[in-house]
Amino acid sequence: MPVSLLWAVDVYGRVYSLSTAGQQWEQCRDAQMEFKRVTAAQQCCWGIACDNNIYLNVHASDLPVRYQEETYENQRWNPVDGFSDRLLPSDRWQLSDVTGLQHQPLDNFRLPSSSWEWEGDWYVDENFEGEPTEKEGWSYAIDFPATYTKDKKWNSCVRRRRWLRYRRYKAMDTWAKIPSQQTTLPDPFSDISCGGWEINEEPRGRLSLWAVSLQGKVWFREGIYHHNPEGSLWEEVPLPGEVVQISCGPGDLVWAVLWEGQLIVREGIGRDCPKGTSWAMVDSPSPDVGATHVAVGVNVVWALTKDNKVWFRRGVNSHNPCGSGWISMVGEMIMINVGLNDQVLAIGSEDRAVYFRQGVTSSELSGKTWKVISVPRDGDRSHSSASAHSLQSAGCYFCGEVRAQSLVTKVRSAGPAVLEEETIPLEGEVKAPDVGVSLSPSQSVGPLDPQWSNVDLEEAQGQQAQTGAVVDTADTSSLSSVATFTLAMEDPYGVDEHPMWAWVSGGGCSVDSHTQLNWFNSMVQSVQSMSLSVTPAQTAAWRKQIFEQLSERTKREMDNFRHYEQAIEQSVWVKKGTMQWWRDWKPHKWIDVHFALEQFSGPEGNKDGILFIYYNFYEEKKYLHAFVNEVTILVPVLNDSKHSFAIYTPERTKQRWPIRLSAATELEMHDWLALLSVSCCDSRGIQGPPSKQAIWSITCKGDIFVSEPSLSLEAMPYPTPCDQMFWRQVGGHLRVVECNSIGIVWGIGYDHTAWVYTGGYGGGFFQGLASSTDNIYTQVDVKNVYIYENQRWNPVTGYTNRGLPTDRYMWSDASGLHECTKTNMKPPSPHWTWVSDWTIDYSVSGGTDKEGWQYAADFPASYHGHKTMKDFVRRRRWARKCKLTTTGPWQEVPPIPLSDVTILPCAAQSSVDVVPLWAISNKGDVLCRLGVTALTPAGSSWLHVGTDQPFKSISIGAASQVWAIARDGSAFYRGSVSSQSPAGDCWYHIPSPSKQKLKQVSVGRTSVYTVDENGNLWYRQGVTPSYPQGSSWEHISNNVRKVSAGPLDQVWIIADKVQGSHSLSCGTVCHRLGVQPLEPKGQSWDYGIGGGWDHITVRGNSMEPPRVHLPSLTERTPLPVRNTEINSSAVGC
Amino acid sequence: MADDKDVLRDVWFGRIPTCFTLNQDEVTEREAEPYYLLLPRVSYLPLVTDKVKKHFLKVMKAEDVEEMWLEYEGTPLKWHYPIGVLFDLHASNTVLPWSITVHFKFFCPLVAKKLQYRDLLHCTSNSVIEAHFMSSIKEADALKHKSQVVNDMQKKDHKQLWMGLQNDKFDQFWAINRKLMEYPTEEGGFRYIPFRIYQTMSDRPFIQKLFRPVSPEGNVHTLGDLLKEMYPAALPNDGEQKRYQVVIHGIEPLLETPLQWLSEHLSHPDNFLHICVIPTPTD
Repeated sequence: MPVSLLWAVDVYGRVYSLSTAGQQWEQCRDAQMEFKRVTAAQQCCWGIACDNNIYLNVHASDLPVRYQEETYENQRWNPVDGFSDRLLPSDRWQLSDVTGLQHQPLDNFRLPSSSWEWEGDWYVDENFEGEPTEKEGWSYAIDFPATYTKDKKWNSCVRRRRWLRYRRYKAMDTWAKIPSQQTTLPDPFSDISCGGWEINEEPRGRLSLWAVSLQGKVWFREGIYHHNPEGSLWEEVPLPGEVVQISCGPGDLVWAVLWEGQLIVREGIGRDCPKGTSWAMVDSPSPDVGATHVAVGVNVVWALTKDNKVWFRRGVNSHNPCGSGWISMVGEMIMINVGLNDQVLAIGSEDRAVYFRQGVTSSELSGKTWKVISVPRDGDRSHSSASAHSLQSAGCYFCGEVRAQSLVTKVRSAGPAVLEEETIPLEGEVKAPDVGVSLSPSQSVGPLDPQWSNVDLEEAQGQQAQTGAVVDTADTSSLSSVATFTLAMEDPYGVDEHPMWAWVSGGGCSVDSHTQLNWFNSMVQSVQSMSLSVTPAQTAAWRKQIFEQLSERTKREMDNFRHYEQAIEQSVWVKKGTMQWWRDWKPHKWIDVHFALEQFSGPEGNKDGILFIYYNFYEEKKYLHAFVNEVTILVPVLNDSKHSFAIYTPERTKQRWPIRLSAATELEMHDWLALLSVSCCDSRGIQGPPSKQAIWSITCKGDIFVSEPSLSLEAMPYPTPCDQMFWRQVGGHLRVVECNSIGIVWGIGYDHTAWVYTGGYGGGFFQGLASSTDNIYTQVDVKNVYIYENQRWNPVTGYTNRGLPTDRYMWSDASGLHECTKTNMKPPSPHWTWVSDWTIDYSVSGGTDKEGWQYAADFPASYHGHKTMKDFVRRRRWARKCKLTTTGPWQEVPPIPLSDVTILPCAAQSSVDVVPLWAISNKGDVLCRLGVTALTPAGSSWLHVGTDQPFKSISIGAASQVWAIARDGSAFYRGSVSSQSPAGDCWYHIPSPSKQKLKQVSVGRTSVYTVDENGNLWYRQGVTPSYPQGSSWEHISNNVRKVSAGPLDQVWIIADKVQGSHSLSCGTVCHRLGVQPLEPKGQSWDYGIGGGWDHITVRGNSMEPPRVHLPSLTERTPLPVRNTEINSSAVGC
Repeated sequence: MADDKDVLRDVWFGRIPTCFTLNQDEVTEREAEPYYLLLPRVSYLPLVTDKVKKHFLKVMKAEDVEEMWLEYEGTPLKWHYPIGVLFDLHASNTVLPWSITVHFKFFCPLVAKKLQYRDLLHCTSNSVIEAHFMSSIKEADALKHKSQVVNDMQKKDHKQLWMGLQNDKFDQFWAINRKLMEYPTEEGGFRYIPFRIYQTMSDRPFIQKLFRPVSPEGNVHTLGDLLKEMYPAALPNDGEQKRYQVVIHGIEPLLETPLQWLSEHLSHPDNFLHICVIPTPTD
């Protein structure tokens, strides 16, 4: 989990942050003045300073905040001057916005605040709809407004071009004042709260910021998003009363506290209306004591009352933002805050310490106990440095003052101050029925009679609190903690010995119930670790001793006695089980079979085995068998109900018809897969992690496979047939994997998380022997499942879910052929679990209306995002998130989500040499990773490479040639990339093949291959060292989904529609045959494993094949023996 | 550095070269040749001595044969101790091969008096060993996981553990045994470490008590911590000559070796960590 920050303000107004990985509060030094309050999001922190102005601290990230300003220059042709800026009176301005309505001269553009700077001067955009224009970037039309083309025609009377200029937000990591508006605000701000980032992902980085003024008015800041972090203006929100404090959660919850002690809840907050529409009133948790403070998260509301009691609101969610009842909690707090993942932080009313609520999970949102965060501040000399110092070095220990020692015990004793708490009994809640229907202020605690239980609970709580306190003092060797408390009471703000906090904000702090935090008892821990724990060197000593002694033992007891007979004879070992088999003959169906694996030792001591499948064929017992050493792969198959897997041999690969089996339970299948996999690896003598040359691939299920390339895999003219390649699974779940020949491997998950390979093997269901001990980590992936809601228009009722009898299901998959309802839809396989509810998906290509509908004339047709007269049907897409948790040799590379990654394929000179690695963020930014070496494959940080438009694919060749594909389908070449200038200098636009939008690029040693959206594979002609952009695209093949070009210029693809003797397969690994220096395009395809494959990378395989001398008589290279009848275009059929 | 998994293999494939000779007092038709065999350290004598029995029966009359039992320098070898433990306890620091005397009659009065002699009698078949082996595994899991893991296993898993041991199938055994070696990461180890400390100097068969892998303060317990509590005499005092060797699988791990690691890697197939404390040889 990436490191994130908890923000707090102490009673002197100093701002501190505490890292989730840290052990001390770091003071925010650059704050020029004292602050009153802070509110944090992950990307920034807002605060109110003592001058009552609002300040913003945007955290520096690898992605700069850049804003693109644009304006259009318009010209009209006249017979005298040709094209000139002399326009007709009815025309638009010479410089205008894209509509022509706004006058926008270049010098009208001003920086919005002193926190911005220009990146450069204005320049002309020379790209037009993915194609480079003639010089000067003009596009032509008959008249304004009209369709523009890049070519001048005889009837082109007007032309226009786009000017661009970027401004950059420079005030990163400092507190920058938000300029006050022209319309002066009536009174200073007193409270502030940000959130709302989960309401809508567009525009990127959108935030809701709510503020309260001293007069009790509420303001909403409009227009905050990534490219405009400061927002644009304040808008007043009408209120039913005077507000003292407000809290905004990450989602659609906004609650505020009124002066009178009631609470108000904002209703109507949604995608299109982040500000909400109205307020509903909720009464204070306690009838006598008003509420003073409220804090909301995604699904929780916590409140404090004037007597410092803590309350938890039950039943809160998006549909019912008011919740249903209050539950009294243990603890006395003066301030409370809900951070990410609904984690709760509070400040104790007595000790002013920051408490963290432990045990908050999605199923137990109220958590278990309050635990004090007891870490020192970086300024606390007397606390941390002195004491730690005296303990760290034994030499100083004796000369160090006694004082340091005593301080340590003091902190230690303050450590375990945990208020123990029982689970809150349900009867203890105060019910407030009919909450939040109206603004009626007369609502009181419900007429039900939970009075007794309420009182009862409070008493019980008092007792609990007391016992808690007793326990506390009992095990803290009393003196110090007593002293602390008396000090605090005498002079609450005078002593700087332990921090006194005023405000805390966890809105940027990504912690969940699994996070290991070092915030508690840190001194105790550090004392322990210094004195007692074993140093790595010692660890090595005992382990080394055991390894050495064991090998000595072998020498002593066995080496001289090898000729002795073994007591136990090796024998055949059979493992049997029952499974279901997808039978080979028609009609195909699952039938019960007996399955057996017989293992035995081969003549040279190598292990081998045979698989048997015993079945009944018309009452007759028959069996099918396969030799373990012929099995090329064991693939788990995506199936929402069965636990099934497929076994391939070269023969079965040719047929495109594997042995498909399904086990009764997931556990059984994993046991079998692990066993079979070990058996296959044993028979081939493969063990340990994949080599650096390994070929990696990914199935459509997200499973990761590696294959060790043989020396002759790329040999000419007789390469190893690729259906004979042996693939073994590596734990983890990925969508993309890329590697290079020094063993650097990166992956990208379905949720766009970046992962780096740790050098281990196994994980997932490989446990015990088939998995490495170290380097295996938990991996989580999240993806969306989609279903469609379809409706047809009829003249009486408008759009309804009553379709024509011939229509598709009203709830269906994308094709409309299968019924998919919200209730019957299952996650893709039993490994996935739902983590959200069904929500309308607005990010569908073609666009949607405000309710997510897309319209068309009829099913199936092309859909558009607005209703026209001709539309009679509409559909909308619903998405539901599901999550998979597994393990594998992968570690997360936070924080930027990626959509593509590429690593320079060839070998570096040494393990400390920096290896160029480029990536595309999931927002389309181009990034260059710094500090990547064989020893540190994760690198250190991202360098942002500016582009004029978002990108989607990138590849770097062996000679640092960087090629990329923009989202509009055009290609770009990056100039001057070298080790001195790892990011290069500028992009050269490369026109795409005519009428095709490119989607992926891969660059090998010299060759450049691209795949377009229609599945065509293109080779770049004319690429030379002096002209690396090449001259033209040459069509190689169709039905191609993905391409990977390697450091030997070898070409591998994932092809669709490969015909086998029994079946057709989509998503098949294919190898280009006949690739030679003089014939880089190759000649034909060899078909390997598939279907169901999504991704392959051969960029690790830099092993030059052994050279075969061909008889000089042969004029042409003979075609390989296999597939001679198939030429390049035969991938399609 | 080698992987910890290699330790499991080394432990499993540990062999003791053994020379079996027939007891002088047995009546034979002709002279019996000694029989040489590599005995697996982790196995039990009755499982691996079928060949020995066959070899000596060839020279004996059927009426002279009762049950076979084995003895080393006057000490009868208990069938229910792992072979490696018997060797480390009685014969380490001696010249190899290990010389075992084979008996077919119970006329040795010295042995007959000893109570443990009865143990020998009862091993009539492999099913007795199986029962003993499985009960050890269950006892160990009771200590490690409150029996949760072993109870969740199916009958065939239990069988696979036993068959793995009986047929010397490392993969077969560990495919199941790994489940017994798992523990929740947050707890840092098993509930209690299943161990037995053997000594030659006392009549007490072995020491077995409850001992946790991690102290209440969160410190990792080591082999030294265990001995300090269970058998302080085994530890050398400061400046003193080492009087005892602490031997596991024929090796002497350092006293700072974490106990949890030892339990996971150096336990016998019965899931117990068998620790032998023997006097340092005075060369």
